[in-house]
Amino acid sequence: MIRKVFIKLFFTFLLFTEANSVIEVDITRGNLNPLPVAVSPLFSDENTNKKLKNNFEIIQLGEKISEVVENNLKTTGLFNPIEKKAFLQKPDVAHLKPRFEDWALIKSQALVTGQIKLENEKLRVEFRLWDVLAGKEILALAFTTVPKNWRRVGHIISDKIYERLTGEKGYFDTRIIYVAEQGPKTKRIKKLAIMDQDGFNTKYLTLGNELVLTPRFNPTNQMVTYLSYFKNLPRVYLLDIETGIQEVVGDFPGMTFAPRFSPDGKKIIMSFAKDGNSEIFTMDLETRLVERITNHPSIDTSPSYSPDGKYITFNSDRSGFQQIYTMKSDGTNVKRISFGKGLYGTPVWSPRGDLIAFTKLHKGKFYIGVMRTDGKGERLLTENYYQEAPSWSPNGRVLIFYRETKTDDKGEGFSARLWSIDLTGYNERQISTETDGSDPSWSSLLTN
Amino acid sequence: MYKSVLISTGLHVFIIIFTLLSLPFIVKKPLDLPPIISVELIQIKDKTNIPFAPKAKKIIEKIKEDEKLVSEQAPPKKVKKIKPDAIPLPDQKVEKIKKIEEKQNPEIDDNKIKQVSEFEKKEIFNPNDIAALIDKSKENLAETNIKNKKITQSQDKSMDISGLTLSEEDALKAQIFGCWSIPLGLPYNENLLVRIKLKLKPDGTIIDSEIIDHARMNMPGQNFYRVLAESALRAIQLCQPLRVPSTGYERWKDLQLNFDAREMLEG
Repeated sequence: MIRKVFIKLFFTFLLFTEANSVIEVDITRGNLNPLPVAVSPLFSDENTNKKLKNNFEIIQLGEKISEVVENNLKTTGLFNPIEKKAFLQKPDVAHLKPRFEDWALIKSQALVTGQIKLENEKLRVEFRLWDVLAGKEILALAFTTVPKNWRRVGHIISDKIYERLTGEKGYFDTRIIYVAEQGPKTKRIKKLAIMDQDGFNTKYLTLGNELVLTPRFNPTNQMVTYLSYFKNLPRVYLLDIETGIQEVVGDFPGMTFAPRFSPDGKKIIMSFAKDGNSEIFTMDLETRLVERITNHPSIDTSPSYSPDGKYITFNSDRSGFQQIYTMKSDGTNVKRISFGKGLYGTPVWSPRGDLIAFTKLHKGKFYIGVMRTDGKGERLLTENYYQEAPSWSPNGRVLIFYRETKTDDKGEGFSARLWSIDLTGYNERQISTETDGSDPSWSSLLTN
Repeated sequence: MYKSVLISTGLHVFIIIFTLLSLPFIVKKPLDLPPIISVELIQIKDKTNIPFAPKAKKIIEKIKEDEKLVSEQAPPKKVKKIKPDAIPLPDQKVEKIKKIEEKQNPEIDDNKIKQVSEFEKKEIFNPNDIAALIDKSKENLAETNIKNKKITQSQDKSMDISGLTLSEEDALKAQIFGCWSIPLGLPYNENLLVRIKLKLKPDGTIIDSEIIDHARMNMPGQNFYRVLAESALRAIQLCQPLRVPSTGYERWKDLQLNFDAREMLEG
């Protein structure tokens, strides 16, 4: 009897499992095409338009903000903004209730709509992000600011859209500090310049009387440390961007260079060279205490902290050739991590903490590449005649660096421009600057 | 003495007769063995959907009762219309039938022997009925198609539930590959497998889609998973109607797609 019951149960179980088995198909490939996005102009009524024109001399602000967003998304290489001429629905109606069929018809998969209002001389910008194929709103935010800040609003909107559609933080509401260069190669005037990441709103921080190099932001983006040849003595300086006050970092009896802030902004790490030897030092900005980190008869330079501040990467020729090393922040546990052919330099730890970017010189060509923090998985992203000094975007996805062109036989044709490349190595772009530029450094996000 | 010689002779005769009768090679001619036929097994399907013989026999008998016999293996294709002004002569008629016979079984290649189930050979295929089949297919082409579907439905019900064949799966995958824009910013070292259950209509359009690990989408720190899940849903929406098999709806009406971007992101 019991046996029969067990047999019945067994067959019932078999039938049940068979009846419920669902066919599974593994999708392991897709396309890497940029996502088609429609960025509709932000709607503003007649009254707002009049006020903006009369009081602030701004016209067509809705279109301008949408252009900023569109341009930002396009430069990532991850999105493909659709031509506005193809839009079938007007901005005001689209913002209230998009006709998803119309947007799907022009192959859009995401839609950005919005409207602007002027309330008590303050600009209120609201936007919505729609999933066209799912037919639903996936993000809606509003910002209030002074009208002249409209470009930043465009960048913040871009960051929010980027984050919602990719899962990682954006990098549009950021600034880039760099060395603006003018004049012939032999008599170059170099000034510190700061601009938005898209090349707008450039401001010059120094007059160009002294040679300046390697500017770096602090984590709050208010201070900059850089190398200046004031009175022909190369030293590390600290500059407050808001007040313009600058000071020498430390009282070293020789040349200090390659400065960089620690992740908490409390220390500056730099190289100090004397008698042909170069060592890495830190200086506490509050106590002004100087600490020696490396102690080796070779040249140790270009230090960069890991995002948690526990490790430092630097380059050294202690092996006979310039290679990349890591060590603990107190200078112990030094490990060589680069073993490829050629010379490695300017290592920079990614804000994500997973990669180290570097410049590599091999067979007369310069490469910008990345490797894991243990030195494995080296990938060269771009190759050129001369390029160096990579700096990470705050989300650790894009690198900015500078590239110089060869001079011709007459000594002309030299230029230095800023370029960016993403981690895929495919999305390489020149960043527009008013003058030639070098030594770029990316700020962290201005708003979180 | 004489007696023992007789017994010995008798026994010898018995042994000789016994030997002649029991050992066949002595009396029978050697077998005329046919030449060895090489069989090339063309494996185009991971799992075939050919039902095994006893069940299939029942199905065929059931179909015979309906007096409409159509083979699933050889679906009637469009027969060229014979122009009314080109009436064939009696001599040409035989040739026409031969030609059409070839069209009825387009997959049969004389040079290759393919794996065919027994019941089809014996019960479906009858060369004498070709002409009759052609006539019927000409008259009731639309009706035949409907019947054809009915047959597969009934077959499927009696079949064990099995997966899609390799070719069916490949067709579906190829379609979704084209629709799925993988978010490039995803980290490749995280477990980002998105499993989506679909309920489908017979034409491949989606009745319902459900993310199996839906709760994970709204968990903190799972932004990447949500982005990947949404991209997968977009791909499904973009692709529908899905390129599903024209038969066997019961098999695939519930389908699970597992989206895994690691292979692509690792490069």
